[in-house]
Amino acid sequence: MQLTVNGTSHSFEQNPNLSQLLEYLNLTGKRLAVECNGEIVPRSRFGETRLADGDKLEIVVAVGGG
Amino acid sequence: MDELIIAGKVYASRLLVGTGKYKDFDETRRAVEQSGAQIVTVAIRRTNIGQTAGEPSLLDALPPSKYTYLPNTAGCYSADDAIRTLRLARELLDGHDLVKLEVLGDPKTLYPNMVETLKAAEVLVKDGFKVMVYTSDDPIIARQLEEIGCVAVMPLASLIGSGMGILNPWNLQIIIDNAKVPVIVDAGVGTASDAAIAMELGCDGVLMNTAIAGAQNPVLMASAMKKAVQAGREAFLAGRMPKKLYSASPSSPTTGLIS
Repeated sequence: MQLTVNGTSHSFEQNPNLSQLLEYLNLTGKRLAVECNGEIVPRSRFGETRLADGDKLEIVVAVGGG
Repeated sequence: MDELIIAGKVYASRLLVGTGKYKDFDETRRAVEQSGAQIVTVAIRRTNIGQTAGEPSLLDALPPSKYTYLPNTAGCYSADDAIRTLRLARELLDGHDLVKLEVLGDPKTLYPNMVETLKAAEVLVKDGFKVMVYTSDDPIIARQLEEIGCVAVMPLASLIGSGMGILNPWNLQIIIDNAKVPVIVDAGVGTASDAAIAMELGCDGVLMNTAIAGAQNPVLMASAMKKAVQAGREAFLAGRMPKKLYSASPSSPTTGLIS
C-alpha cells in the first residue's frame, strides 16, 4: 500500500497497522502524536488502528522553540 | 509569598523561557537551569523519518517531570492550523492542556494576526484548553481574549527575536491595569533591563527565548534575566518613588551648613 508520512510517499508490501508502521520507522517508544487523515489517533489505539492505501499521516514531536 | 498563579497552579519563577535557537541540547539544559524557569515553551514539528532509534531528544535534556511544558503554535498562520497543532500537542503530552497560542500574520515581522488568534482562542477554550495567548499590545483585544477565557494574556514588547525591548510601555500599562488574569510580556526582550522594566510596570511574568539563546554567553544571560525579573518584581512591590519633573529634592539636610 501507499502511505504519505510527513509529506513523503512510502510503499509497503504488507498492510501494517499504525503500531507496526512506527516500529518500521524506528519510532517505537518515542514520545510523539499521530494524525491520520486529519484525525488524531490516541496512543492507546496504535495497535488496533488499521491503515489503508492512500492514508495521509502526520507524526509530530516536541522540539525546541520560543 | 509572592507567587505566580496561572490556571490555578502556583509557580515560584516569573521567568518563562523558550527552548529554541540553542547550540545544542546541553546548552539548552544549562541555560534553562540557570534561568530558574519552571515553564518552558516547545514547538510541535514533524519527526525526522529514518533517524536511528535512541537519538537524544529535547525531553531528555528537559524532563517533562521537572518542567511544565508549554507547547506553542509557532509557524501557524491560521486558526485551523493552530487548533490542529495544539490538539496534537495535548495528545503528545498525555492530556496536558496548558498551551501557548500564537497565530502569525506575516513571515517577515511575525506580527500576530489577532483576528485569527481570537477565532482560535474561542475554539480552544471551548475544547478545554488552558490558553496563554500571544497578543499585540492592543488593550481592547487583550480584554476580549480574557473574556473568551484565556488564562493569561501575553502582549509583545516588540517583534519576536528583535531584542528591541518594550516599545510601548503605555499600552502595556493599560493592559496590566485592566487585566484580571496574569499578564506576561512575550517577545522582543533583548537584555536584562528590558525584563526588569516589564516587571516594574506590573507584569506578572516575562517570556523570552532569543534574549538568552542569542546572547554571547547564554548561561550567564540566563542568570542575569533571573535576577532582572526578581529585581523588577521587588521594585514594583516596593512602590517606587514618584518622578519629579523639572525640580530637585535634596537627600542631605539643608540646615547646619558651615559658613
